[in-house]
Amino acid sequence: MCLGVPGRVLSIDGMIAVVDFWGVKKQVRLDVIDEPVVPGDYLLNHVGYAIRRIPPEDIAETLAMYDELLGEVRGGGDDLMAADVRGELAGAGKADV
Amino acid sequence: MSDPATSEMRFRDPARAKALGARLAELVAAAGRPISVMHVCGSHEQAIARYGLRAAFPRGLDVTMGPGCPVCVTDLPEIDEAVALARAGVRVATYGDMLKVPGTAMSLADAQAEGARIDVVYSVAQAVELARATRDPIVFFASGFETTAVATAAVLVSDPPPNFTVLSAHKYIPPVMEIVAEMPGAKVEGFLAAGHAATITGSAIFDAFAAQHRRPVVVAGFEPLDVLAGLVALVELVVAGEARAVNCYPRCVTAEGNKVAQALLWRVFQPIGGRWRGIAHVPSGNLRLRDEFAHVDARRRFDIDVASLWQMAPPALVEHCVCGDIMAGIAAPRDCSLFGRACTPDTPVGACMVSSEGTCRIWHQYGGVPDLVQLGARPDAARAP
Amino acid sequence: MSVRERITLKQGAGGRAMRALIGEVFVEGLAAPVAPGDVGLADLDDGAAVRIGDRWLVATTDAHVVHPRFFPGGDIGRLAVAGTVNDLAMMGVTDAVMLTLAVVIEEGFPRADLERVAASIRATCAEAGVRIMTGDTKVMGKGEVDGLVLTTTGVGLTDRVVTDRGLVAGDRILVTGTMGDHGLAVLAARGNLALDVELVSDVAPLNGLVRVALDAGGDAITAMKDPTRGGLASALHEMADKAGVAVMLDEAAVPIRPDVRAVGELLGIDPLHVANEGKVVMGVRADRAEAVLAAVRAHPLGRDAALIGTVVAEPPGRVVVDTGFGRRLLVEPEGEPLPRIC
Repeated sequence: MCLGVPGRVLSIDGMIAVVDFWGVKKQVRLDVIDEPVVPGDYLLNHVGYAIRRIPPEDIAETLAMYDELLGEVRGGGDDLMAADVRGELAGAGKADV
Repeated sequence: MSDPATSEMRFRDPARAKALGARLAELVAAAGRPISVMHVCGSHEQAIARYGLRAAFPRGLDVTMGPGCPVCVTDLPEIDEAVALARAGVRVATYGDMLKVPGTAMSLADAQAEGARIDVVYSVAQAVELARATRDPIVFFASGFETTAVATAAVLVSDPPPNFTVLSAHKYIPPVMEIVAEMPGAKVEGFLAAGHAATITGSAIFDAFAAQHRRPVVVAGFEPLDVLAGLVALVELVVAGEARAVNCYPRCVTAEGNKVAQALLWRVFQPIGGRWRGIAHVPSGNLRLRDEFAHVDARRRFDIDVASLWQMAPPALVEHCVCGDIMAGIAAPRDCSLFGRACTPDTPVGACMVSSEGTCRIWHQYGGVPDLVQLGARPDAARAP
Repeated sequence: MSVRERITLKQGAGGRAMRALIGEVFVEGLAAPVAPGDVGLADLDDGAAVRIGDRWLVATTDAHVVHPRFFPGGDIGRLAVAGTVNDLAMMGVTDAVMLTLAVVIEEGFPRADLERVAASIRATCAEAGVRIMTGDTKVMGKGEVDGLVLTTTGVGLTDRVVTDRGLVAGDRILVTGTMGDHGLAVLAARGNLALDVELVSDVAPLNGLVRVALDAGGDAITAMKDPTRGGLASALHEMADKAGVAVMLDEAAVPIRPDVRAVGELLGIDPLHVANEGKVVMGVRADRAEAVLAAVRAHPLGRDAALIGTVVAEPPGRVVVDTGFGRRLLVEPEGEPLPRIC
């Protein structure tokens, strides 16, 4: 129940970072973040405070984990559909690179 | 992946969502029985509602909305305190969410209509700026779970101006999960835990909970894929009978959480028991300022006269409210004697009617939960060729 | 005096609460019965229409207050002219429009600001091809009114009245451009959100655009409404409700500017819930939908127009959104949208 929005750090001045959220720039305070932040990093913003630095590699990792959850689909008519969708995903994945 | 939009949008990929939905349906079908899980996060409900995910859940999977909205569970006397301060001429700053939440006699919006000065802020830092720009006392009426309380704490340790005080209605989520898990007759077999609260607390705190209450917990995020993947993982654990905690939101949640934020949180706040609107008394569920911060605690700085409000108020109906049971999945809105009569969206009694995504609100507005899947028109008929 | 006996902001925000207030306080007792085919107060449409010979006389009135008074893309003067011109256009009146202007000014209001507003009124009138025929000016004591209130009334003639209740199952829903621009621009312009972005309001007189659409669509345009307060969500609910039909909305097809979407995400505000001041939502018979779309897109104010949904019979009064993931009921906004934390 906490609206959290990810954005990319453009610049840092002391405890304040200028962060880009889908093209909108906003100042975000760094008082409660638990690791060093540099321009280019992703931050999770909640009420104007960064609460987490999002490691870029974790985004790919999360998506890989979700695909793994799909991994073991077996049996039944639904299987064809899931396989079909996985095929689509593979195609989309290529375009994504 | 050069900008955040692109990376986040990957969590809104309909093809992956369809695949996860199919997997979910397969799991529930294979279980051969209805499965009931609960999320304890208003943002999960928002995501489910906004993306129409509920219509995509398989029949046989019941995803209940738990007490996950800090605004909805803010108790009447807490709203009353803010209203009383505002009516006594004190300037109150608060988050937009709190404005319309009714207290015993009125909401802050009602007090504003009477002439009270209420400032809606997006961040507690803005409330501090307001205080710096004036000599008038500014009370920040602080709501939200631990995620939001951390921001309040950060402000309080960095020397706010002397005319700035905080009226804390902050809540702490983990204890209420214990309450809900142990409600007699609760059908909930697993929990989807709130991703951004867990960003602060870490996912490891749910290990003991899962073991003790013999129910799995999955920490999940808020994009459509996050919610669906979280549910797939949760249903897998339920079916396998594995009562453990799994973190499905690793890009924002670690096992140990944000240590800096935790240190700040517990330096400024202490957990105390309190009533959550329409649910129960929750031991350690409220966050109050420690004695060290008495000088910025509005409760200790002002004589708050809520008694005068109670005289204008209708008799308390709260004891008839069954929101707790509705959230526990034991009761439906039609089982409540207040529903649609004393308790309506304009005059809500319990948490489920306060929130726009609350079960009672949705039932009231739409006459039950409509079956959108069965609607006549094909979805693609609306698409431009 | 109890809470119920005071008016709250929610009752002016364009949603259900406002319709209830108008219904209870004004329509009750004030609304005279109208002749068949005419449009009166009880219809709660954008204006009234009375048949005179073989044409209709259409009238509408609108009071304007906005904070800040000057915002990116417009100001209170442009809003006051465009608002009334647009209300007439929604009823099918696009030409030979006459306006009146009443100005209430608070003591101490800067003369330079007033002149700037007047210049904006002149420019917007010229753009719309309308004239201010008469007016009234009052100055109130300090604190007796908030700065500046502009009230414009518009009258005009039309051969065919278009209402907001004409949707028929099978119609397509067309919007003439991006949604949410004005509401979020004004919110961002208030400056207390610490956002570094300049969203531009879409406020514009739409009679030219509507003329083009009506020329292309004729009778096939079954209903029109400008999605002002309460945004597209309120407009579609009202149209569906009055016609006793449902609307199936294709979310992906609804045009929204990326910066508007971004600010909406940051503040937790749905762009479909906030005001537009330069857009039309219309129902178009399916066989003419593409032709009307092409005509609208050829107009400078309609470049981003899109077909965003279909009218269906069931369930009456509901707006169902296909999100691409599933379906949901579009929630009608209640009260002014506020930034959320959760």
